[in-house]
Parts: sequence; C-alpha cells; structure tokens
Amino acid sequence: MSRASRAGRRERRAGEPVGGALPAWVHVPAAAGLLLVLVPLVAIVARVDWPRFGELVTSPSSLAALRLSLLTATASTACCLLLGVPMALVLARGSFPGLRVLRSVVLLPLVLPPVVGGLALLYALGRRGLLAPALEVLGVRIAFSTAAVVLAQTFVALPFLVLSAEGALRTAGQRHERVAATLGARPGRVLTRVTLPLVAPGLASGAVLAFARSLGEFGATLTFAGSLEGVTRTLPLEVYLQRESDPDAAVALALVLVAVSVVVVVGVRGREGRGSP
Amino acid sequence: MRHAPRGLAVDLDVPPGEVLAVLGPNGAGKSTLLDLLAGLLRPTAGRIALDGRVLTAAGATGREVLVPAHRRGVALLAQDPLLLPHLSAADNVAFGPRSTGASRREARERAARWLDAVGAGHLAARRPRRLSGGQAQRVAIARALATRPRLLLLDEPMAALDVTAAPEVRRVLREVLRGGQHPERPGGVVLVTHDLLDVLALADRVAVLQDGRVAERGDVHEVLTRPRSAFAAGIAGLVLLTGRATADGLRTADGTLVAGLVDDGCPPGGPAVAVLDPAAVAVHAADPGGSPRNRWRVTVTQLEPRGRAVRVRGRHGPLELFADVTVEAAAEARLAPGDEVHFVVKATAVRVHAAGG
Repeated sequence: MSRASRAGRRERRAGEPVGGALPAWVHVPAAAGLLLVLVPLVAIVARVDWPRFGELVTSPSSLAALRLSLLTATASTACCLLLGVPMALVLARGSFPGLRVLRSVVLLPLVLPPVVGGLALLYALGRRGLLAPALEVLGVRIAFSTAAVVLAQTFVALPFLVLSAEGALRTAGQRHERVAATLGARPGRVLTRVTLPLVAPGLASGAVLAFARSLGEFGATLTFAGSLEGVTRTLPLEVYLQRESDPDAAVALALVLVAVSVVVVVGVRGREGRGSP
Repeated sequence: MRHAPRGLAVDLDVPPGEVLAVLGPNGAGKSTLLDLLAGLLRPTAGRIALDGRVLTAAGATGREVLVPAHRRGVALLAQDPLLLPHLSAADNVAFGPRSTGASRREARERAARWLDAVGAGHLAARRPRRLSGGQAQRVAIARALATRPRLLLLDEPMAALDVTAAPEVRRVLREVLRGGQHPERPGGVVLVTHDLLDVLALADRVAVLQDGRVAERGDVHEVLTRPRSAFAAGIAGLVLLTGRATADGLRTADGTLVAGLVDDGCPPGGPAVAVLDPAAVAVHAADPGGSPRNRWRVTVTQLEPRGRAVRVRGRHGPLELFADVTVEAAAEARLAPGDEVHFVVKATAVRVHAAGG
C-alpha cells in the first residue's frame, strides 16, 4: 500500500477520534474466529429444505416439542427471577464472611458440564436421591417429569440471571436507596419502589439470557428428565432425535432455535447499546 | 461523636431553626458527619439527639441506640439530585409523604405545594431525565422538605450545578429555609459546603472541620472575617461588610456606603453582605482623589506578614477592614499601627450578595 493511499484513508476518517493503533496481524485471527461462528450458521441455513419447511416445523411432534420448550423455558425463567433476584441482592448488598465462596458456588453451573448437572440433580431429587424420602412423604415424583425439565433448566440458567442482576445492582449503587431511606421509606418499600425499578433493565436482559439458556438446555434435561414426547422432550432433544430419522426436520427445527437466539442476542445487545440508567 | 475508622471526633449542636454551615477541606470528615446524622453510619462512640430524642448512642455505658434512617426525620439533599428516574417530578416529591403514611391525595397535595414553593410547579409531570440540573435540584429540595424533616442535611447542594443554575438554586434554598413564610420549615439545617456564597446566603453559624476535628466555630461573620483555622483563612480571608442592599451597593449599619456590583436576587433594602478581596484594596498615605468610588479613611491597627504580602488591618469607624499590599509597598509607605491612611477599592471589585438573617 502506498503512502498516498494510506493518507487518503486517514483523510476519510477526518474528524473522528484516533483510537489506539492495532497491529495489522490481529485482524487475521479475529476474522478466523468470526468465520468459525458464521460458516456453520450459513451452512445450516443453506441446508434447509425450504419447500417443506412449514410442514416440517408444524408436524405434531415438532409442535409438541416447541410448545413444551416455550412452556418450560418460561417457567424456568420465572423460577430464575424468583430465586435469582434475592440471591443477587444478597451477593451485591450483603457483607458477611464467606460471601466470595458463596458467589463461586452460585456461578458453578456456568462452568459445570450440563450432563454433570443433570446427574447431580438426579442424585438429589431422583427416585433414589438424597431427598427421595422427603419427596416420597410429600407424594412428589420429580425425575422424568415436566417439573424435572424446569428444574434442570433453572439449574443451568440461574447463574446468567444472578450475574446480570448483581452487575445491575452494583452499577446502580446505593445512593438512591440511601436518599429514599432518609425520606422515610422502610427497607421493603425501598426495595420495591427504588431498587427494583432502577435495575429493571438489567433484570430484563438477565431474564432474556436465562430464557435463551433454558430454551437451549440439552444435557441436564436429557439426564435428569429423559426424552418423553410431550412431557420432557424439548426442542433441542427433538432436534437431536430427528437428526437420525429425519435430518430435514432436524435442520428445520434447528433453524427455529437459531432464529430465537438471534432475536435474543439482538434484544440484549440493543438494550445495552441504549445504555441502562 | 466519634467514628474511629474515618478519624472523626466532633461535638456540634444546631439550635432549632438555625442553619449550621460545615466547612473543611476534602477528607476532613464532612461526609462522615452527615452519614452519622442520617443514620447511614454507626459511630464507634457518641450520641446524637434531635429535639430531645436520642437517635444514635454507642460506645458509652448504657444501651446502644441506632434509629434506622427511615425513622429519624432527617432528610438528606446531596450534590446529585438523585431523583428516581422512573417517577415524575411530582411523584418524586410525593414519595416521602407516601412512605411515611400520608394518603395518596394528601401526598399529592403536599408535592404540589412544595413544587410551587421551589418554582417547579410547571415541571410536575416531567420525568427527571427531561429536567435541567438546576430544575432537578429544585425538585430534590421540594422532595426533601415535603417529608417535614426535623433536621435537613445539605451536602454541597450547589456544587454540581453550572454557574447559571447555582445562584438560582441558592436563591430557592434561601427562600424556603429563611423566608419564614413556610410553616413546615425544617427544625434545623446542617449545610456542608466549599462555597463562601452558600455560607453567606444561608448560614447562621459556621463550623470548620479539619482532620476530623472541629477547628473553629462561631457565627458566620466572626469566622469569615477573623478566621483562626488555616482552612477558613484560605476560603475566607475576605473583607465582609454587612448591611442592607442598595441599588448600586450596600449601606452599613453606621451609614457607610459601599459601592459594588449587586447580585441578581438581592433586593434593595434586604439584608446583604459586601465581599471584597483584600488584594484589590490599595492603601494610600494621602487621599488619592480620582475615580474609585470606595475611599475610606482608615486607622491602621495591625500589620501581619503573609508571605510576599503584608496584611494591613484597620478601622473605619466601627468597621474592620484589611488590605493585602506587597512588602515593598508597605516598606515604602512606612506603614505602622496608628497611621491614618486611605483604603481605595474600585466598585467593580466589590460584590454584594444577599445574606442570611
């Protein structure tokens, strides 16, 4: 590249701030990484049997899986909010010994292989599990039920919500809460009228992430809940099952999951871009 | 009251209805003091009582008391208005009354009344993000006062505002705190500030904090004209002349006229203070004549060396004045206590501000 053309490129950016200069070679691995993500997505879109797409996606087993997935992912997102927001409050606002250890434990499902999570759930809540006697007394059977799907999804998705909520709480700080207290607001009122509204955008993106993670859950679900059509066979399980018998159906359903993921990512990023208060 | 980790040990009182200004360098313990008063921080030892009710007691023998922030009747107004972004201005002001048990209707009425009092009635429906800095701070003042606090804490309330908004907010605070027309005035006010104008406009008394201790205290005039602490001397060290504002200056109680630039919002006839920098005062052995409108015959009472300058203190009737002149000028004029000299100041070097009291 000649000096003149370099100067020309610089001129086109006149008026823009000058960023830190990057060595040119950095763009090569960066591009490779981007291709690694993009090429498979393009490949799967290319493989879709478009004329039969509608028919494949609306077959009875597909619809059952789709319905179950939406139902369980919604339920587990609700569970994540119910359990995760108080956890985030304790982690962000609490001060007691062992807090750091506690945070590590809470985030463990994030790094744990989902199959291991499912196995762990099975040995806690399964028919021969740790809590089996108690569950038997209550007459509750969890393993291999829709409830098990929700539990498995909540287990893996909870850290996403806790992380987002805790981050939002730390960013919001406590200054509004302190002023609200001096205005006479009891702690309960401060929580519902000040803290939660302030972190609502953070909670929303956390909930969206948790929903996406629940929707994509496979390993823990299969291990703990099995694969019963209409009861525990969610969309990812259906995709995996159809992969052998009807690859076209698998691809069509996979595309549905890709579409949901794109919507989720755009939704969360868009929110971040606008900047939450 | 002590807070050992932050190195604070102070003993202060605010008489009912008065405004105590707390001055001090950064890190002197001003914020710690406010946090302790608001109940947001537990002291290591000490006692805080408000209208005879013990709010905090710690360290000494006897029972520990820490009334939580929401039951103290102590409202806090910070540098940042900290309005709740999801509520309208009116709902922000109504938040306090609603929190303390007022009905929806009563809270709304009180909010409307206080928004009018701070000149923000027309902003009631706005969200905080659509308010300017000065508007937001006025709404925050209304919000703090709508709780009918028995003690109001002001933490540098004008420090984050731009030069046009600060005087406006200061005027509003002056009206609501000192105007006397509001029956719901707070019982007492503690004002933390760096700004001399805040002290002049709002305060009855001053306490200077330094290294967590009260370095000096007294009424405003005394501390600002005869500062004993280095900090007060640094921000003050100014000549202050109190009196009543006129159209183009100020008239002191003994009738001396001081020509100066009068602030907007300082009505003629109202209590005011003329402020001038002693370095702007020229000292002449003989009446120089000429254009400067402030010429005072002064008897020198004292000469103080101040680095490269000499502070010439003197009296003009009952008024105490001082001027900073160079060492060379002082030597040349052979100034000595007892001399009769003339102090000369341009009217443009004198600012006249509305004053407390």
